[in-house]
Amino acid sequence: MSNENPFNILKSDTPEVKKREAVKESDKTGELKERIERLINSAPIFLFMKGQPDFPQCGFSSNVIGLLDNLGIEYKTFDILSDMDIRQGVKDYANWPTYPQLWFKGQLLGGNDIISEMFHSGELEKMLKA
Amino acid sequence: MDFEVVENLIKETLVDAEVQVTDLTGTMDHLGITVTSKSFEGKMLIQQHQILMDILKPKLDSGEIHAVQLKTIVKP
Repeated sequence: MSNENPFNILKSDTPEVKKREAVKESDKTGELKERIERLINSAPIFLFMKGQPDFPQCGFSSNVIGLLDNLGIEYKTFDILSDMDIRQGVKDYANWPTYPQLWFKGQLLGGNDIISEMFHSGELEKMLKA
Repeated sequence: MDFEVVENLIKETLVDAEVQVTDLTGTMDHLGITVTSKSFEGKMLIQQHQILMDILKPKLDSGEIHAVQLKTIVKP
């Protein structure tokens, strides 16, 4: 490889790249944790998903959206496909390897399997509407 | 991934566990795993699944298992 450091591109002067430099490498871990906590605490019911609620990019995300809408509750979503830092960061933060992830009052409730099971047992409605 | 290896791996941590493994895709790496154990008692589903995910993590990280569908049952 002629270019020894593939990350040299970050030093380029194009405006797009400058934007990405806003997060300093040294602050990244701490800042990422804060960002994640701000997100999950920004609404009582928060869903990390692939895509937007009106246009989910994955069958499991779509399924969870369907269940939440069925309960007629309000929730906030974040498209993890739009942000690689959040995508990896939330997995590490939650110690949970997949998406979607439904969070309730700052706690991870589960992914598609768990949410589906809780929906069918009636536990989900009881918990979210409490 | 040999089902017996998965079963033994889970039983190393959850000694009372009854484990059922099924092949979901015919490729032996997408596994349906049902575990019955007393150690799930009083825990939320997410915590029950997290116990299993922690046990299976090395196999998921190494790629020996690609995906799992978990079902946990509290042993009466």
